Amino acid sequence: MKLTFKLFASLTDLLPKEARDHAIDIDVADNATALDLIDRFRIPRKSAHLVLVNGVYLDPDERGEANLRDGDTIAIWPPVAGG
Amino acid sequence: MAWTRKILRVNLTKGTCVAEPLNMDWATKYLGQRGLASKYLAEEIDPACDALSPANNLIMATGPLTGTMASTGGRYSVITKSPLTGAIACSNSGGFIGNEIKNAGWDMIIFEGKSPKPVYLYLENDNATLCSADEIWGKSVWETDDILHTKYQDPLLRIAAVGRAAEQGCLYSAVVNDKHRAAGRSGVGTVMASKNLKAVAVRGTKGVGNIRDPQAFIRATVEGKRVLAENAMTGEGLGALGTQALMNVINEVGAMPTRNMREVQFEGASKISGEAMLEPRESDGKANLTTNGACFGCTIACGRISTIDPQHYTIADKPQYAGNSGGLEYEAAWALGSNTGVDDLDALTYANFLCNEDGYDPISFGATVSAAMELFQIGALTTKDTGGLELKFGSAEALTKAAELVAIGEGFGKDLGLGSKRLCDKYGHPELSMTVKGQEFPAYDPRGIQGMGLAYATSNRGACHLRGYTVSSEILGVPVKTDPFATEGKPELVKAFQDATAAVDSAGLCVFTTFAWTLEDIAPQVAAACEGNWTAESMVEAGERIWNLERKFNIDAGLTAADDTLPERLLKDAAKTGPAKGKVNELGKMLPQYYQIRGWTVDGVPTAETLARLSV
Ligand code: SF4
Repeated sequence: MKLTFKLFASLTDLLPKEARDHAIDIDVADNATALDLIDRFRIPRKSAHLVLVNGVYLDPDERGEANLRDGDTIAIWPPVAGG
Repeated sequence: MAWTRKILRVNLTKGTCVAEPLNMDWATKYLGQRGLASKYLAEEIDPACDALSPANNLIMATGPLTGTMASTGGRYSVITKSPLTGAIACSNSGGFIGNEIKNAGWDMIIFEGKSPKPVYLYLENDNATLCSADEIWGKSVWETDDILHTKYQDPLLRIAAVGRAAEQGCLYSAVVNDKHRAAGRSGVGTVMASKNLKAVAVRGTKGVGNIRDPQAFIRATVEGKRVLAENAMTGEGLGALGTQALMNVINEVGAMPTRNMREVQFEGASKISGEAMLEPRESDGKANLTTNGACFGCTIACGRISTIDPQHYTIADKPQYAGNSGGLEYEAAWALGSNTGVDDLDALTYANFLCNEDGYDPISFGATVSAAMELFQIGALTTKDTGGLELKFGSAEALTKAAELVAIGEGFGKDLGLGSKRLCDKYGHPELSMTVKGQEFPAYDPRGIQGMGLAYATSNRGACHLRGYTVSSEILGVPVKTDPFATEGKPELVKAFQDATAAVDSAGLCVFTTFAWTLEDIAPQVAAACEGNWTAESMVEAGERIWNLERKFNIDAGLTAADDTLPERLLKDAAKTGPAKGKVNELGKMLPQYYQIRGWTVDGVPTAETLARLSV
């Protein structure tokens, strides 16, 4: 399936050069999980703090499950804060 | 010093400066800063008074940890009745002046009355003098700062001042200290100018003392700093991208107020984000962000120091803006950017510089411009009203010109200085004002973050994120992740955040510490510093007491439960895109329960039992 994969803040350096606006389109196996992607892009697991699928929070317990769908956008941040 | 036990009372009408003892009974109940000064204000003025009359007081207050070695212990607040909302106002600022007031030997400065002529207060330790402001009235904050530094030849003089916007009556004027830190919200600068008080210049050399248990204090503050350093948010995240790390997060979750809150996602968000501030630009190969910066004693250092692209149109003939100055925080970037539809990072940076230079709140300013843009779009405002300004969504030129006009209070800048509510009333469309209690919203659309809707509606100073930042839990997962779309449990969450934040503010600390610290980390620092039985529990209780005191002030000022609401747009018009698509804010499901757990009547009035329980 095809996904849009986004990395932000200090993780942006881990995206390939062809990424635009912190995003890249990728092809993955139909049963790929968020953890598969985290490992594929060499993101230290503890740095994958905020994981959003189509803008909705993905609980750490669910990141190893095959819950991604074709066309999804997955976006990942290290611990960030603001106000 | 934890407590110097001294207040400076300045009667501007009479021109007197008198020392008096701090009320230690109140200090052990209301802690300090926001809480303690609110108690003084509530006791000393009629809450129903005209905020811009001499009957209002203005208090500059430190907390027990201000000026100590506690991390972020440099905060001070300006407390008064707001001319924007008619409610109690407390605007918190960092920088260095809070520490300086404490080092000069004062816990608070209370300004009463109105000076017959413009003055500034010069305060050097025990020596307090009201001086003629002839040479600085009519000048910007930056000019005022330079003139006073030159006059006194003391680089360590710390100055808080109002700019020309406040002198011209802009209702959301700030008190700016150290050139680019501000007590920004609710028009506290407008009150200061209404008293003919231009600036407060402070030099303190008395040092820190009066710590109740110095050894325990050193242990507790060192431990606190370790916790901040080891936490990824306070140890790394805030220093690297500042609060601007949130721009892409909030856009992605579909809670980015856009074009006067008509939309919840901004197509240009990534261009004005914290990440964009780090990217080298074509003209000189430098990034917008030069470095980060820290307030007094802070080990987090979230501050942004920026430059504008040297080839940008805004500074073509204005070399005075070519150097480094206070850069965009998330709130300013959102209000000046997505809410006006402008994605030009340098234009936003320029507008932000002007907000600092002449002292006006970028949140209220940006939100007022965006309301004006919507009025312009529907034809309720025309170029006849705006003096030829084409106030179109997305126009960087319109935004920066509007900023220049508000800074000096000229032309349509006068109307923009009214704030969104009065502007929309004046032009016949009150429904377009995105405000609560007359104060403009900050950067989180409550259709996508339900708890924030309740936090805004019940905030004691009108729409505000810093009175109960449930975003921390609902989006960022601190201290625990909650579902942003759920309403269940949100009244309890909002109350917990509101009470804890009141306690943190009142200690003299920065609320950003709470991404790592709980009150269990803060209480030992407070307990070792000053009198009172300070534990996490007693701090929560003090926070609740402060919240009820502020609420009571507002009720006495004439506000009612009818003011605890949100604009219809957020209650009736569903979000159009993103995860919150189809949702409105469900305030009605949360508010009654909130009143109940607060111990208030169904009309939102604290009951006699609640006030007695908290000994308000
Ligand atoms: S965290 Fe930021 S705002 Fe708070 S005290 Fe530190 S530098 Fe100032």
